[in-house]
Amino acid sequence: MELTTILFYLFSIVTIGAAAVMVFSKNIVHSAFALMFALIGVAALYVLLYADFLAATQLLVYVGGILILILFGVMLTSLGYTFNFRTITVNLVPATVLSTGAAVLLIFAFVTTEWKITEVAERPDTVYDLGMMLMGDYILPFIVAGVLLLIAIIGAILMSTRLSAENKGGT
Amino acid sequence: MDVLMIQSFAEPGLTHFLIVSAILFSLGIMAVLSRRNTIMVLMGVELILNSANINFIAFSRFTELSLDGQMIGLFVIIIAAAEAAVALAIVLNVYNRFKTINLDEISLLKG
Repeated sequence: MELTTILFYLFSIVTIGAAAVMVFSKNIVHSAFALMFALIGVAALYVLLYADFLAATQLLVYVGGILILILFGVMLTSLGYTFNFRTITVNLVPATVLSTGAAVLLIFAFVTTEWKITEVAERPDTVYDLGMMLMGDYILPFIVAGVLLLIAIIGAILMSTRLSAENKGGT
Repeated sequence: MDVLMIQSFAEPGLTHFLIVSAILFSLGIMAVLSRRNTIMVLMGVELILNSANINFIAFSRFTELSLDGQMIGLFVIIIAAAEAAVALAIVLNVYNRFKTINLDEISLLKG
């Protein structure tokens, strides 16, 4: 077996195992840290798919940003004691049936479809090409994404500051 | 079935990555449907977005989609970042108002 094959199986097992721990763990802090390992595994899978810039972005944005946000959310919305981090699980039977059904159907479709595979040549790096595309064909989505991020930041700050102002006024 | 078994341990192709993403997707659906903590539901949504992203990038590696798939993956990551920030601000507001983030107890809009 080649090194990439071994690495693929290693990282896919890490990703799926960490995601399973995240879903089935009773403690929400354990879930958040399992999500971190799942995201790092997905970044490694991106590297195996020759998407080096996306892997770096995944590490920076997801592991460095979204995961920290989620941990802050966990800390700010629990009542301050660790036993309150436990979460409730409901609908276990319908959820299991639906998700396993979705997985079986998707895997069946993926395995039986004859994909038209064209082997692309190995790219030394994708950053240059991605930058040229971003400033060329994708200039409009790029600007719209910038406006979206600005609106999201303003909205999040507005909601949080109104929250603290209400606290001050109320108590 | 034998061919499938031999194929499944061969060099990872397009199907292998698609199967990994399908399993991640079903785990995300499991988290969204079965957990009642709002933050756990958000984590499930992140998992689903990641599985979709693996699909885009696998297709960009193995088909003629080329770098366009990676570009779409980049925009998915951007939108996921914006979504997480706004959703957590909403969750904090909800917690401030109802003192709970259990989805079944926040039923003020229920008819």
